[in-house]
Amino acid sequence: MPEPRVINYRAAILEALFAEMRRDPSVIVMGEDVGAAGGVFKQAAGLFEEFGADRVIDTPISESGAFGIAVGAAMSGSRPVFEVMFGDFITLVMDQLANQAAKVQYMSAGQISVPLVLRTAVGIGANLGPQHSQSLHAWTAHIPGLKVVMPSTAADAKGLMAAAIRDDNPVVYFEDRTLYTLRGDVPEGDYHVPIGVAEVRREGEDVSIVATSRMVHVALAAADLLAADGISAEVVDPRSLVPLDVATLVASVRKTSRAVVVDGGYRQYGVTGEIAATLAEEAFDWLDAPVTRIGAENVPIPFSRSLEPLVVPDAPRLAKAVAELVRRR
Amino acid sequence: MSDSAKQKRKKAAAAAPPLPAAEQSLALLRQMQLIRAFEEKLRSLFSAGLVPGLLHLCAGQEAVAVGVCSELGAADVIASNHRGHGHCLAKGASVNRTMAEVLGRRSGYGLGRSGTLHLFDSVNGNLGTNGIVGGGIPLAAGAALSAKRRGRGEVAACFFGDGALNQGLMFEVLNMAAIWKLPAIFICENNGYGEFTAIEDVTAGLNPVARGTVFDIPSEAVDGMDVLAVREAAARAVARGRAGEGPSFLVCTTYRYGGHHVGDSQSYKDAEEVREWKEKDPILKLSRRLEAEGVASAERIAALEAEVQAEVLAAVEAANAEALPTADDLGRFLYA
Repeated sequence: MPEPRVINYRAAILEALFAEMRRDPSVIVMGEDVGAAGGVFKQAAGLFEEFGADRVIDTPISESGAFGIAVGAAMSGSRPVFEVMFGDFITLVMDQLANQAAKVQYMSAGQISVPLVLRTAVGIGANLGPQHSQSLHAWTAHIPGLKVVMPSTAADAKGLMAAAIRDDNPVVYFEDRTLYTLRGDVPEGDYHVPIGVAEVRREGEDVSIVATSRMVHVALAAADLLAADGISAEVVDPRSLVPLDVATLVASVRKTSRAVVVDGGYRQYGVTGEIAATLAEEAFDWLDAPVTRIGAENVPIPFSRSLEPLVVPDAPRLAKAVAELVRRR
Repeated sequence: MSDSAKQKRKKAAAAAPPLPAAEQSLALLRQMQLIRAFEEKLRSLFSAGLVPGLLHLCAGQEAVAVGVCSELGAADVIASNHRGHGHCLAKGASVNRTMAEVLGRRSGYGLGRSGTLHLFDSVNGNLGTNGIVGGGIPLAAGAALSAKRRGRGEVAACFFGDGALNQGLMFEVLNMAAIWKLPAIFICENNGYGEFTAIEDVTAGLNPVARGTVFDIPSEAVDGMDVLAVREAAARAVARGRAGEGPSFLVCTTYRYGGHHVGDSQSYKDAEEVREWKEKDPILKLSRRLEAEGVASAERIAALEAEVQAEVLAAVEAANAEALPTADDLGRFLYA
């Protein structure tokens, strides 16, 4: 096992990109400003200098066409990592993603695979407003044929990026931009995290908090608050939405008998509803209370400094909701 | 179609190119005959209720598929559209497996699950027919990007109708193909109608060639009813792609004898228009030249015709002997 050392989430993603591009010449990076500029969040810094314009390709602001070209490249021997600058803009690539990339493997009965990664930055926190702050991962998780990952730690950011690049399927990789500076132990060298394996982030007895991406950290902070209140919360991070590690989630609920699902996407028709329904179906006999869903409020996300923080839960509000569930008779 | 539009479309006809060698000329003819026979058989099967889904036929447009594909090699790639049987067969697809797929049989290219709109043939470099108008355009450009990176001089061609001229996606992709000098060939089969609507009713600027030249892409109008004219234009485009000179844009003026799909009443067309175009039929045109220039007798041409009819009938019989996909097939190949 490689030795861990502390780097941040953004550097961990980059480490995976450098490693995979060195290992496999068919890996290319495409996106707006990913070339000489190194990405608007410096999330592609240094790639252009090492791999050149042939493999680190600046696209025009033509998300649909450029992503469609990435899909065609993936169907013909390349392994593109395509960046959509803001997660909100996946709406612009949806036809290429949902009607082409997701279906080619199936429609061709295995003749043609689409090994590509669509990476995109999501989440609130920078006062960017309704069209630059959403977490629309549920849109992609709805489409059979795609895999969807949401790393929450620096180690997973590296490991899941490496796994996504090596995967022969289209993988959508959602990175929360507020996590870029999060530091953590990240193994050096070749390291990947299997897609579809959840991780228990904190053990607990009284309630399971199933949390994704940045909400994992909110849940861990809430668990600290709950501990002070005498409630032992377990925090489970699915890490992948598709495939979803139902067994690990169910095992946690069997132990705690209560569950709260928290995610940064909209609550209506969202990931929290899907996971809650799955737990209700698979763990009904162990549940002592209905599964609670907490997602983003069902509103366009205001840029206002006073309103934006109200859209998704913080630790105190999450802890309050969890405590109410635990105390419910 | 308006008179002025008809005039403009007639102007696309150019001086007749020379016939290739006899064997090659006959191969072009046979390929067009095969596509016509394949689709005419499908039309009758559809009318008998034996083809699931919708069926979009290319009768009248065979010269474009055959002319372009005759200039492509095995390692070159195509992306097709919803009217794609001709493209698939011209690129080398098995008649049996194509027929089986359209008829929904398990021996088809997609296990009988995908049908006419989603026909993939990786062995022959076919990235699929496509249910989204213009959907194949970026896929071919992507294949051209892969080809450019490999550096072996391969090209990628895509076929789309005049309906796709008004998809924003096409403009995005043409722009990138031009700035990245991708070895891509964009082939617009201008058959005068996007679904049920005449091109001039929904399209500004009635010279589609300008859609390529605006990006400084070498672009030309081609007589899409003449397989030899298409072939010559395709040869120029392929040569540019192989030489690293970037993309080409061909607007092949052609005609769809049938409706948008089988069963379309075609109330928007007049019979005279159809009759005029059928006089320019690409199969008839090449047949007449082969006879006039002493390359093939009428008997030889009729024998080829009989051959392809037999091949198509055998494909239908083979497909009918095959099973439909079973419940076990429903979830297969969802992921690699």
